[in-house]
Amino acid sequence: MFEISDLNKRNQKKQKLFQILFMLMTLLLIAPVLIILGTLIYKGGSIISVDFLFTHPTDGMTAGGIFPALFGTVWLVAVALLVSVPIGVAAAIYLSEYAPDNWFTRIINLAIINLAGVPSIVHALFGVGAFVIFFKFGTSILAASLTLAIMTLPVVIVASRESLQAVPKAFREACWNMGATRWQTIRRVVLPNAVSGILTGVILEVSRTTGETAPIMFTGAAFFLPFLPQGVFDQTMALSLHLFVVSTQVPGVPEALPYGVALVLIAMVLIMNSISIAFRMYLRGKKKW
Amino acid sequence: MQQNSNMAGNAFDRRTLDWYIDKGMQLVVFIGGISAIIFIIGIFVFITLEGMDFVFGRFDPVEFFTTEYWFPSDEDDPEFGILALIAGTASVTGLAMLVAIPFALGAAIYIGEFATGKKREYLKVLVELLAAIPSVVWGFIGLSIMNPLIIEVFDVPVGLNVLNAGVILGLMAAPIMASIAEDALKAVPESYREAAEALGATRWQVIFKVVLPAAKNGLLGAVLLGVGRGFGETMAVLMATGHSVNIPGSIFDSVRALTATIAAELGETAVGSDHYGALFTIGIFLFLITFVINLSADLIVRGVRKG
Repeated sequence: MFEISDLNKRNQKKQKLFQILFMLMTLLLIAPVLIILGTLIYKGGSIISVDFLFTHPTDGMTAGGIFPALFGTVWLVAVALLVSVPIGVAAAIYLSEYAPDNWFTRIINLAIINLAGVPSIVHALFGVGAFVIFFKFGTSILAASLTLAIMTLPVVIVASRESLQAVPKAFREACWNMGATRWQTIRRVVLPNAVSGILTGVILEVSRTTGETAPIMFTGAAFFLPFLPQGVFDQTMALSLHLFVVSTQVPGVPEALPYGVALVLIAMVLIMNSISIAFRMYLRGKKKW
Repeated sequence: MQQNSNMAGNAFDRRTLDWYIDKGMQLVVFIGGISAIIFIIGIFVFITLEGMDFVFGRFDPVEFFTTEYWFPSDEDDPEFGILALIAGTASVTGLAMLVAIPFALGAAIYIGEFATGKKREYLKVLVELLAAIPSVVWGFIGLSIMNPLIIEVFDVPVGLNVLNAGVILGLMAAPIMASIAEDALKAVPESYREAAEALGATRWQVIFKVVLPAAKNGLLGAVLLGVGRGFGETMAVLMATGHSVNIPGSIFDSVRALTATIAAELGETAVGSDHYGALFTIGIFLFLITFVINLSADLIVRGVRKG
């Protein structure tokens, strides 16, 4: 009575076929990147050394290291974080703890989506118009970092909001019942329970900020500078822009050099993302509620 | 007695202070909350401010949008036609979508519906890492790996063209589209699948006849966001398209994208010149296009949640 019919067999065959097809598509999506990573390591790995990371470029950027670019990227990311993390976390707190479910909140959410979707070069134009010209910061770390901060704000907001919303409602209610104000509840109960989740978002933002190139091109990053920046009103070199410069703007660069720069940049980004992902999984496993 | 009233006074004082802190912080986080709106409006205002002189001066919408001659720095007779740039952006984005959509949807279906347990976790992590690779690195890959590859395989003189940038952009957009599409598949209630399986449907029947139709809007949203990403991508298309103003006749022609034009030329223009204003006008155009794309993606995805 329950014999496997021909139709069943055909269907099962079809299912196997589709499963294999989709698996192949997934692998094909991932394969090029593994090939690319392999090529970068193969061609650029030989140039990576402590010297490469910690010396200045020499001979018109065709030799030497990438220290000023690395140093500048650290500057840009640090200043951008100082601006975007407080604003982003405040926005996440508002959206998770205060915002009513109405049209206004929906507009805020739409603005966040759009902020993430505006092309990076338009952010750059905004940075030029607002920070470099209107606020008279000139092309400086400050102008570039502010541009980066606004561009990557959605990353912090979305990650922080998610981790705040993951704190159970009962925690807040228990705290309110003890007579705590709304802010005391957030400060003493909600934030401590969400801070590690917020941190994963911040790491993601660091990674995003490190890789961005277009927004800093005209706002504060320079192709080449013989000195390191001394403060936020100086220009700086940056690793992402340095890759663009050595691969397109400078003649006579030995082949390994841009591969080396690309390798350092991609390694920084992937390591930070991996840390963020690992941390998130660890937290998910640890969570008791 | 004296002490008593003091204590009462202190308790009263502390309560008001907490109350003020509470209200103060509410205001602070509210300002944080509306910051995204302020910034979006700010972006529009400031790029419009810089582009205004051009828009109300030299700008001629017919010339701007329908001619293909982009010679903004010609001293005698500058021409501001962005049709070729639009064609460049559209051709690269179009090819990118041809590359990305099947792979992104296939990967989303495999990860969401077939893969289980650890395998699924690993694939999701890999896709997330793919999405994190910076665009300047993709541009470099187009320049140094894809370029010689295309020249050799297709026997063409230049490897920086629509094909190169389209494939690069497709690889960039696919992971993002895949993870959004996977979310859309996940949002289809488990009971739909169970009901179909109870009726005797096989796995692929469930996927094609039940899950995909139910997730249709979310998948469309994923595609739209991919298109938006393609339109706005800057560094990769700057480095991989060949950067020559051209309406492409084939995928082996070099083109130039709207975003790349701004990136390449803004540094050379004098603040306030027509050329400078024209670049900001392109910026306004890009802002409006991506705004509409994101808005419709959001409306489409929300639509499915309500239904």
